[in-house]
Amino acid sequence: MQKYSIFNLVKNAFSNHENWDLAWKDPTPKEEYDVVIIGGGGHGLATAYYLAKEHNITNVAIIEKGWIGGGNVGRNTTIIRSNYMHDENGLFSEFGMDLWRKMSQDLNYNVMFSPRGIINLAHSDAQMNAYARRGNSMRLNGIDAVLLNREQVKEIIPMADFSENVRFPIFGGLMQPSAGTARHDAVAWGYARQADSMGVDIIQNCEVIGFDVSAGKINGIRTSRGNIKAKKVGICVAGSTNILAEKLNMTLPIETHLLQACVSEPVKPVLDNVVTFGAGHFYVSQSDKGEMVMGGDLDGYNSYAQRGNLPTLQHVLTEGIAMMPFLSKLKMLRTWGGIMDMSMDGSPIIDKTHIDGLYLNCGWCYGGFKATPASGWTFAHTIAQDRVHELNAGYSLNRFNTGHLIDEKGLGTKTWIS
Amino acid sequence: MLYINCPHCGMRSQNEFSYGGDASVKRPELNKEVSDQEWDNFVYNRKSLRGKHLELWQHISGCRQWIKVERDTATHEIFRTFKADEEVA
Repeated sequence: MQKYSIFNLVKNAFSNHENWDLAWKDPTPKEEYDVVIIGGGGHGLATAYYLAKEHNITNVAIIEKGWIGGGNVGRNTTIIRSNYMHDENGLFSEFGMDLWRKMSQDLNYNVMFSPRGIINLAHSDAQMNAYARRGNSMRLNGIDAVLLNREQVKEIIPMADFSENVRFPIFGGLMQPSAGTARHDAVAWGYARQADSMGVDIIQNCEVIGFDVSAGKINGIRTSRGNIKAKKVGICVAGSTNILAEKLNMTLPIETHLLQACVSEPVKPVLDNVVTFGAGHFYVSQSDKGEMVMGGDLDGYNSYAQRGNLPTLQHVLTEGIAMMPFLSKLKMLRTWGGIMDMSMDGSPIIDKTHIDGLYLNCGWCYGGFKATPASGWTFAHTIAQDRVHELNAGYSLNRFNTGHLIDEKGLGTKTWIS
Repeated sequence: MLYINCPHCGMRSQNEFSYGGDASVKRPELNKEVSDQEWDNFVYNRKSLRGKHLELWQHISGCRQWIKVERDTATHEIFRTFKADEEVA
């Protein structure tokens, strides 16, 4: 593989950059693979990469219905954080933070990881107490957390509404200074390029239409480009998990919902951090191009539409304007929507299934992007060793049956009220 | 904007409604032995169909009645609406 470096950049300048190698190939599917990963999004590509890198399994295919990185990894708000209270989520995400910090070097691809810090605003004494508790839990797990009072928050984000007579006054906030953002497409492309260079076949425009299961064991998949035999199959298709599960006669604790985001026109640097509104569901950061990147609630009803509805967007942006009134002066540049696996406790599933050789990675709710490296790493481990790693042991499929829910936000089972 | 034809009030905008999820889910009969798997299916497991989906909505800012709505989850087209106790053929 051609290394991306300043020397190669200069060298290729002499040939007008016309002789760069393709970042990944476009192979025809082979008859058989050791492992087939369904879904060429961030998590699928990362899984293939770590299968090759950590477990030396390179006879791997990624099967993607559309083009790689065209789903949620291409349509999120790029926030990376590990500010969780529960051990399962905290330790898993903090392991991911380590991978994020090394990612650009590891992949020889600039993913523009920017640890600019995230601030969750508090609007009552009770919320400050809850944040103190969450911050302490985070610190016990080795995650950085700082409880900020009103004055300290005002120093960092003076453009927020600190006037006296607002409906939701800012009491303070919880900050994770090491959290941040990254260039989402680069993550998908970086993983794809490295996986491809280690022998992984990235097969695009190939839809899975069925599974070949006999005697409780997976033998392969049926696709729009023919049958492919496989010793092991990993499903990694956020948003379409229920559709594939139906083909396997499985019913999962997941509903598919639509989540929207939007960006404003680009403006000069005004916001250094990621900030979330504590009295509703709204978050904002500023991209390197200057756009304000904003998101919040689900549209609120089951949807596979990948496009949003205005009432929800209006509701979310009303919260944004309550928090930072200057946002009302900006014009909206783009909006988009993606379809999420909303699990019933708000936490993901990375596990084996009742079918031998079939593995499941789903249920990422709002937080799939930041989990990309840790999800790929643990899913690769689960597939390669045929057992879960201690980092994803809590993300089991049967926790709904045994009652070991990971109920981080206290949202319970009604995904639509989140 | 979705427009939902409330069987009690007529056509109203989605802003007046709140969502209640899959209407085909049945609570297990309480006068017989209920297995963990049956509770699981009732409380957690959902088919989350792509296409025609029968679901519950509440006309929360209107008559406050729960209703059933048959809607396409890919196109958001609403085909039919029913009163909560109406059987759907």
